[in-house]
Amino acid sequence: MNILGKSYVELLGLLNSKKISTKELHEYFSKREKKYNKELNVFLTLAENPGVEGEMPLAYKDNYNTEGIRTTASSKVLDSYISPYDATVVERLKKSKTYVFGKTNLDAWAHGASTETSDYGATKNPWDTSRVPGGSSGGSAAATASYLMPATIGSDTGGSIRCPASWCGVVGLKPTYGRVSRYGVIAMGSSFDCPGPLSWHVEDCALLLSHMAGFDPYDATTSSKPVPAYMEKLNAEKKLKIGIAESFFENVDKEVKKKIEEALEILRKMGHIEKKIKMLNPKHALSAYTILQRSEVSSNLGRYDGIRYGNDRSFFKEEAKKRIMLGTYTLSHGYYDQYYKKAQKVRALIIEDFKKAFDDVDIIIAPSTPSTAVKLGEFKKYPFFGEQMDILNEPANVSGIPSINIPVGLDSKRLPVGMQIMGRQFDEETILNVSYKFQRETNFFNMRETLLKKYHD
Amino acid sequence: MIDMKDYVPVIGLEIHVELSTKSKMFCQCSADFFGKRPNSLVCPVCLGLPGALPVPNKKAVEWTVKIGKALNCKINPESKFDRKHYFYPDLPKGYQISQYDEPIAVGGFLEANKKKFRIHRVHLEEDTGKLTHEGKDSLVDFNRSGVPLVEIVTEPDFTNSEDVVAFLKELHTIIKEYLQVSDANMDQGSMRLEPNISIKKVDDKNLPNYKVEVKNINSFNFVKRAIEFELKRQLELLQKGETPIQETRGFNEKKGITVPQRTKEGAEDYRYFPEPDIPPLSFTQKYVEEVEIPELPAQKTKRYEKNYNLREHDAFILTRDGKMATYFEKVMEEIRDKAKGQKVANLIINKKIDSTASVKELTEKLKDQSEGRKTDLGSLESAIVAVLEGHPKEIKEYQSGKENIIMFFVGQVMREMKGQANPQVVKQELEKKLKK
Repeated sequence: MNILGKSYVELLGLLNSKKISTKELHEYFSKREKKYNKELNVFLTLAENPGVEGEMPLAYKDNYNTEGIRTTASSKVLDSYISPYDATVVERLKKSKTYVFGKTNLDAWAHGASTETSDYGATKNPWDTSRVPGGSSGGSAAATASYLMPATIGSDTGGSIRCPASWCGVVGLKPTYGRVSRYGVIAMGSSFDCPGPLSWHVEDCALLLSHMAGFDPYDATTSSKPVPAYMEKLNAEKKLKIGIAESFFENVDKEVKKKIEEALEILRKMGHIEKKIKMLNPKHALSAYTILQRSEVSSNLGRYDGIRYGNDRSFFKEEAKKRIMLGTYTLSHGYYDQYYKKAQKVRALIIEDFKKAFDDVDIIIAPSTPSTAVKLGEFKKYPFFGEQMDILNEPANVSGIPSINIPVGLDSKRLPVGMQIMGRQFDEETILNVSYKFQRETNFFNMRETLLKKYHD
Repeated sequence: MIDMKDYVPVIGLEIHVELSTKSKMFCQCSADFFGKRPNSLVCPVCLGLPGALPVPNKKAVEWTVKIGKALNCKINPESKFDRKHYFYPDLPKGYQISQYDEPIAVGGFLEANKKKFRIHRVHLEEDTGKLTHEGKDSLVDFNRSGVPLVEIVTEPDFTNSEDVVAFLKELHTIIKEYLQVSDANMDQGSMRLEPNISIKKVDDKNLPNYKVEVKNINSFNFVKRAIEFELKRQLELLQKGETPIQETRGFNEKKGITVPQRTKEGAEDYRYFPEPDIPPLSFTQKYVEEVEIPELPAQKTKRYEKNYNLREHDAFILTRDGKMATYFEKVMEEIRDKAKGQKVANLIINKKIDSTASVKELTEKLKDQSEGRKTDLGSLESAIVAVLEGHPKEIKEYQSGKENIIMFFVGQVMREMKGQANPQVVKQELEKKLKK
């Protein structure tokens, strides 16, 4: 059977109707891993046990705790750390008939937007292996794009799902903060971290989200709001008011802008209405985000003090050390009010700004990243380059709203352009719906078929 | 007592109380850790493993509100947890989840020795693991890690060690006997005492510019001795024109002295910030009202004095032990005679009647006593002889004029008779024998 490029949902259907077996799937993806992983460097660890018959393979960003399987967050500090427990997301997905196929590469501790800061080497962008896949969920995005997995799980703190999804040309969903449990995901910026799925297909993200989401007694920040049946709502007829804010298009690459405009034209033709809105410049979100996230990072990494996890603090690399130092500074006595507290106030304003905007429109559309994928090594050249690449993603993290990246075509370098659709708090349903309709309308410009010619069986 | 001359002590207290909730503060592990095999009551949360998250224990929050109310505090309608950062091997996350600027309860007071002492704040946090040192090895046991810990901080209102001890005993009684939120066992460390001690000139309106904190003391007596030692030490320095250094000291129980542990110049930087893993707490007025506080020992003492005409001292003793007080009240209910209050109190206090004895038994005894208890004179005779033989020294004291000691003999004989005698008769018989 031809498996290449089939959606998770499709494969699950075949599995349920016994037209395909877990064993076949496992062998198929093992074969692809052997064939392409060397080139792309997406998997850090492969699980020893293939799944039980009836289960679908899934790969997780290596900041998810997986019982009995090495969990490193791509840092050598945790080089030999084998987790004794499953993250809630892993546990729930296991109950939804999946098994852990492997763990994917990320920027060490999820610090970055290129996956180059991984202590296990950079992941390469499947579209152009001289380029970065984006990050920090670069391993998950590249594995998805090259179909080393039909779908993967990542996490998004300040764009870490949407940025690599954008640069690898796949669908990546950052749900509302509190929609999906963070329990067992190695904490980066605790008040921002959002687990979410990546796939070539919107329906896969919808299905996986419905399995991942919901209140978790182990995470006090999860919401008890019921989880809608996302799959059933994908086809619902919706005519939406799309908000477009000029400030989200500042300093955006011309070609990216053009592709977004073309996508908007398609959406208009589909009957949606566009409305110009005024929103705070994303640079404010970036400032607030940087301070709050660094503060949380400096606290969250304190536990790796060299006593318990094998390797000591000398195994922290430059990026983590920088973040620890900056965060320690912003929380220090005498500076707290000036930095942390002020950033919290800015955060409150940004939350308010989105609330106001959503009084008027149903979704807000913007580019996911200001440019397409950059060359390996570019990030090192400029301070806060990663933050600049995530400037358009961070507002959704700062305000906690859901946002999805969908591919909207290739630029002249034949690199994917990503568009993000932001929605109201807990309204994943609408952004999945509009993304799905767009996918049906455009088949994402056959980008999948194009790339998989390169990553054939 | 030390002669302070122109100086006056300034003492404040920090008291840590481990709550006896079933589970720990932020996970479902058992909080009943004492004497358990090391690291047997642990999970990813209290071990601070990567990815684990804290979920607050509702009962512990409720009990902190309870303590706050019992200490006449205001319960903050909004409260939150904060992270307090420091590195220590018994602190697996690199921070302790505590409360910084929005504690659960603030601004209360507690009376002791007929004086009011102000409570600054009551907050909830988690306990740390426990380090032990064996030769070159340091061992850490995380069974205690994450056990709910309430910190009670007073204002620096104390001027002597007697008041401190009276206050602490009152607090201990409230927490252990009345609120029953902690076993407050000081030997096991479930109540730990830290006095902050300094001295100022009598006419100085400001607080001293230094303070010495004596850490983790585990008995009332040690607190008293630590305070007295410190006052003497600091006074000597002040009289020499020196200022004692701001520091943390430990109490050496064997030598009865305090020794420096670490100097504390200004506040340490714990880099507090709001715990992002736990949403802020908010308490409605209804919630606070519904947290019930029983009648507390001080009120009970007053009521016993008033209603049963008890001597203040006896009312005080009866109310120190919650079970004893309940027992007393049950008996009073049974005999329906308020005038007999003092008699019942005497019986309970002096005979140290086991409060597990049925109320009926005691009321029976009471009847016996008022009817004149039957006394077997034969066994009384031999009991008296036995007691007297055993106490030649006390006989001499009696004969040299210390006649009050007769009550000691009565007690001994009553014990010998297992209570089966009329104390009046015993006394008469004893007097006969002793005056011979």
